[in-house]
Amino acid sequence: MSERLGVRKTYKLAIGGAFSRSESGRSYPVLGADGRILARAAAASRKDLREGVRAARSALAAWSAATPYNRGQVLYRVAEMMEGRRAQFVDEVGRAGGQDAEAEVDASVDRWVWYAGWSDKIHHVLGSVNPVAAPYFNFTIPEPTGVVGIVAPAEPALLGLISRLAPAIVSGNATVVLASEPRPLVAITLSEVLATSDVPAGVVNVLTGRTTELMPWLAGHMDVNAIDITGVPGHLLTKVEELCAENVKRIVRSEEANWSSDRAQSPYEVTAFMEMKTVWHPMGA
Amino acid sequence: MTDVPTPTRAIVPDSPWSPAAAQAAMVRVMPVDAVGLEERAASLATRSIKRESKRYALDLAIRCVDLTTLEGADTPGKITAVCSKALHPDPADPRVPSVAAVVVYPSAVPVAAAQLKGTEVKVASVGGGFPSGLSPLDQRLAEIRQAVAWGAQEIDIVLNRAAFLSGRYAEAYGEIAASRDACGGAHLKVILETGELGSYDQVRKASMLSMAAGADFIKTSTGKIGTGATYSVALCMMEAARDFHRQTGRAVGIKVSGGVRTAKQAWTYLVILHETLGSDWLTPDRFRIGASTLLNDLLMQVRKERDGRYQGADYFTID
Amino acid sequence: MANKDELQRTEAHGGLAAETPFGYAPSRESTDIVRIEPRYDLFIGGDWVEPRSGTWFETISPATEEPLSRVAEAGPEDVDLAVAAAREASDERWRELPGRERARFLYRIARALQERSREFAVLETMDGGKPIKESRDVDLPLAAAHFFYYAGWADKLDYAFPGRLPRPLGVAGQVIPWNFPLLMAAWKIAPALATGNTVVLKPAETTPLTALLLADVIQEADLPPGVVNIVTGAGRTGSFLVGHHGIDKVAFTGSTDVGKVIQRAVAGTGKRLTLELGGKAANIVFEDAALDQAVEGIVNGIYFNQGHVCCAGSRLLVQEAVAETLVERLKARLSTLRVGDPLDKNTDVGAINSSQQLRRIEELVESGIQDGAEIYQPPCDLPERGYWFPPTLFTGVTQSHRIAREEIFGPVLSILTFRTPEEAVEKANNTPYGLSAGVWTEKGSRILWMASRLRAGVIWANTFNRFDPSSPFGGYKESGFGREGGLHGLEPYLAWNGGGAR
Repeated sequence: MSERLGVRKTYKLAIGGAFSRSESGRSYPVLGADGRILARAAAASRKDLREGVRAARSALAAWSAATPYNRGQVLYRVAEMMEGRRAQFVDEVGRAGGQDAEAEVDASVDRWVWYAGWSDKIHHVLGSVNPVAAPYFNFTIPEPTGVVGIVAPAEPALLGLISRLAPAIVSGNATVVLASEPRPLVAITLSEVLATSDVPAGVVNVLTGRTTELMPWLAGHMDVNAIDITGVPGHLLTKVEELCAENVKRIVRSEEANWSSDRAQSPYEVTAFMEMKTVWHPMGA
Repeated sequence: MTDVPTPTRAIVPDSPWSPAAAQAAMVRVMPVDAVGLEERAASLATRSIKRESKRYALDLAIRCVDLTTLEGADTPGKITAVCSKALHPDPADPRVPSVAAVVVYPSAVPVAAAQLKGTEVKVASVGGGFPSGLSPLDQRLAEIRQAVAWGAQEIDIVLNRAAFLSGRYAEAYGEIAASRDACGGAHLKVILETGELGSYDQVRKASMLSMAAGADFIKTSTGKIGTGATYSVALCMMEAARDFHRQTGRAVGIKVSGGVRTAKQAWTYLVILHETLGSDWLTPDRFRIGASTLLNDLLMQVRKERDGRYQGADYFTID
Repeated sequence: MANKDELQRTEAHGGLAAETPFGYAPSRESTDIVRIEPRYDLFIGGDWVEPRSGTWFETISPATEEPLSRVAEAGPEDVDLAVAAAREASDERWRELPGRERARFLYRIARALQERSREFAVLETMDGGKPIKESRDVDLPLAAAHFFYYAGWADKLDYAFPGRLPRPLGVAGQVIPWNFPLLMAAWKIAPALATGNTVVLKPAETTPLTALLLADVIQEADLPPGVVNIVTGAGRTGSFLVGHHGIDKVAFTGSTDVGKVIQRAVAGTGKRLTLELGGKAANIVFEDAALDQAVEGIVNGIYFNQGHVCCAGSRLLVQEAVAETLVERLKARLSTLRVGDPLDKNTDVGAINSSQQLRRIEELVESGIQDGAEIYQPPCDLPERGYWFPPTLFTGVTQSHRIAREEIFGPVLSILTFRTPEEAVEKANNTPYGLSAGVWTEKGSRILWMASRLRAGVIWANTFNRFDPSSPFGGYKESGFGREGGLHGLEPYLAWNGGGAR
C-alpha cells in the first residue's frame, strides 16, 4: 500500500485580506533547518508593496476609529485562533529552525494577549491632563500614527514578528510587514489566522521576499508614516534612515536581543507608533 | 405737567437691528446633539413589533410608498409598467392595497396621468431642476407649472443647497415660497438632500426653513447621491416637524427616500414616526417612503405573515 | 386592506401605545433559556455547600410576586468557612500566581458572560424586575467588558503606579446591592482578582440568582477553589462578613445609612474600606441645550432601571428661560414610556424591586404633595400583581422639600429652576451627597467651567448614565469614597511597598 501523498501548501502574499501571488510571478525556495526545501514563498515586488500600502491606508480609518475595547477583543480573538492552531504553529516553527518551538509558540500567544490588554489602558498610563496656568482644560491623548511599515527580525520566525506587530496594531495603526526572508512561512500562516479573526482586511499586510530589494521601497514610500527597522541588517541602516527622511517618517528599532524576556514587551512599544495630541479648551461660564 | 424729555440719540437708520429683527435674532433653531440623537434613533430601531402590529405596519407602509422611477432611460413602456405595479402591487393578492403615488420626471407625467386617471394613486413629478436645483429660477418655476398642467398632483423639488450652505437663507426661502405658488393646487415636497448638509444642526435648520416657506412635505434625499435616509436624520426631521406643528398649527409631512430597501427599514421608520409625531402622522397624507425595490420586500413580508413561510423573489412581479 | 377594526387591541401597556392601532404587541422574551434550581446552597471553596445555619429563604419575581427559588441564608459559621476558604486560596493558590495566569481566568469569565449573555439577562430581569432591554443591552455587555478590562491589568500592575510596588491585600469582603446585581458583582470581583486578592461576596437579599449563576461560570472557568466565594443572605449576613476579623478589605455598595454603619463597624480594625453609596444628582439644563436630546438624557437619568440607580439624575435643574418648554416636552415623553412586564422587549420601565422599596417611594411622593410641589404622572395601566410605580415628576420643587433632599430610589423626578450658572452650581452642590451630575449645554467652555465646580465624582455632559470599565466611578462626600473602574479602580485592592495581608 503506497503512502498517502499530501497536498502541498502554496504560500502567497497577504494583501487587503486576500491571498495572492506576486504580480511579478516570482517565488523563492525556503530552506528548513536541515537545508532541504520546505516550500516556496512568493517573492514580492515593489508593486506588491505599493498595493500593500494602499490596502493599509484604506483600512486605517475604520481600524483607528474602532473603540479600544473592540480592538482588544479582536486581538484576543486572534490569540484564541492561534491557540487553536498551536500544533500547526509548533510544527512550522520547528521546521523553520526554532530552538524550542513549543516555548516560542506559547510565548507568542502570551505576548499577543498581553498587548491586547493594553488597547484600553495606554491612555491611562501615557496620556495626561495637563495643569496649565490659565483657565483652560488641557489634555494630551495618544493617537495611532497611521500606516506603519515593519521589517520583521530574521528570527525567531514567529515570536520576533509578533513582538513587533502586536504593539503596532493594538492602538489602531495599519501595517505592511516585510516578513523574515529566511523564515517567511510562519508569517503567512499567521496571516491566515488574522484573516479568520475579525481583523479587518488591510490592517495587516504581509509580504514575503527579498528584504534588501523591498526595504528601500518601504523606507522611501511617501504614504508610510512610520517604520520599524528592527529586521534591517546593520550595514543598511544608514541608507534606510536617509530614505525615511523624505517624509519625516518616525523610525523605531528594538534593540532587545532576547525576545523571550519580558524586556521585549512594553507599553512604550505601543506608544512608539502613536502621536501625542494636545487639546486646549477654555473653561468659562 | 412735566415735559417728556426728547431722546438725545436717534434710532440708527438702516440698522439691521430693527425691533422685529432683534426679536427674530433671539429666536434660534434648537441645536441637536448628534450622539444623543443617534442613540435615540438606534434604541427606537430595536423596538420589537409583532403580529397584528406588523400586519398593520406592512399595510400602511405599502400605502405610503411613492413608487419611483427617475432614469434617463424611462420610456412610455417603462412608465406604464410602473403605474401598473403601483395600482396592483401583488396581482396574486387583491387584498394588497395600491401605493400612494408614482414619481417620475416631468416629461413622463402625461403617460403616468393617463394610466392613473380615476385611481387613488397620485401622479408625483420632480420639478425645479432636479436633482441639483441650480438651473435659473424662472425655468424651474416654469417646469413646475408645466408638470402640474400635464396632470401632476404632487411636486418634489430640492432645497437650493448652494444658497443654504453659503448662508443665503432668504434666497432659499424665497425659492421655496415661489415654487409653492407655482404648484397651485398640487402639493409641494422639499427635498433637503440631508447627505450634503453636513450635520444634524443643518438638517434641523433646513427643515424649519422649508416648512416656514410653505412645504407640505419635507423629504430626505434625491436618491441620486451616495447617502440617503437614515433613522437619525428622519428622527431629526420629525422632531422639527413636531415643533413646527406645535408652534404654528400646520402639519407638514415627512418623506424618507434613498436606500430604503427592506420592510424592516420601512417599519422602523414607522416606529420612529409614531413615537415622535403620534398616530395622526400614520397616514399617506403625512408620511411617504420613496422607493422602488422596497415594494417587493414589503409584499414578501405580507405573504410571509399570511402563509407563515419565508418567500423568494420569483413569486413577485418585477413590474 | 386591513383596517383598524380588524386588529385586536394589544394588552394595556401604559401610555399612548394602548390607544392607537399601532401598538406594540407584547414581545416577550422566552424564559426557556434559563434553568433555575429549586434551591441553592452557598458557594464556598469551589463547591456548593449546605448552610450550617440550616436556613433558606425565598426569592421572588417582583413583577409577578411568584417565587423563583430558595437560597441559603448564611449564618456566622458559614461566613467563617467562606473567609477561611478565601484565606487558604489566597495563601496557597492565588496571591503568588503570576499576573498572566490570573488574567487567563478573568478572560475566561469574560468570554463565558458573552456566550451566555441571554441566559444571564433573562435571569437578571426575572429576579430583579428590570426591563430585559436593559439587562440585555446594558448590564450584560458592561459586566463582560468589566472582566475583560481588568483581565488586561492583571499582568501590568507594575505600569499602573509609578514608584510603587503593588501587592494584593489578601481577602476582600464585598457586599453588593439589588439594582445591578450581576454588574455590581463584576465591578467587585474583577478588580479584586486582577490585583491578586480573593473574595467573599454577599449578593443582595432580593437578587441572588445571577451571582449564583456566576458561580457556575466560575467553576467552568476552573478558577482555583476558594478564590471566589458566594454567601447569600440578608443584612445580618452582610454584617457578619463586614465585621469578620479574617478579612483585609471591605467593599460596599448600597445606601448611605448602611454605609455609615459599616464605616463605624470597621473603625479601628485596620481594614481597608471603599464605599459607594447614595446620591441625589442634579441634572442641569441650560437654555442653549439641545433640548430633545436633553429630554432623552433626563428620562434616561431617572427612569432607567426604574430610578434604582445611585447616580440617578433625580433633581432636574432647568434654566428658567426654557423651563416651560422643557417640562412640556418631558411630560409628552413620559406618556410614551411603557411600564409593564419586564420580560417584554418593548418595556421601558419595569417593576419596583421589592414591596419595601415601593412603600418608601410612595411615602416620599406623598411628602412631595404635602410639601406643595405639583405632581404629574402620565395615565398608566399597571398590572395587578407585582410592585409598580408610574414615571412621576414634580414641578415647583424647592431645596427644602424632602423630595429634593432625600434619595427616593424610584422613578420620581424633582424639578427645580435656576437663572445663572453660578446659581446652578450652588443648588447642585447643596446636598450631603456628591455622586454624579449632568450638564446640558452646547457651549463647551460652560461644560468645563461647570465640571470644575460641581462637587461630584462623575460628571456627564450632554449625556447621562454612561458607564465604561475604563472610566472611574465613585462619589464625593456622603456618596462614598474610592473608585471603581479604570486605573483608579485598582488602587483600593492594593497594598504598597510591602504592606498588605497578614
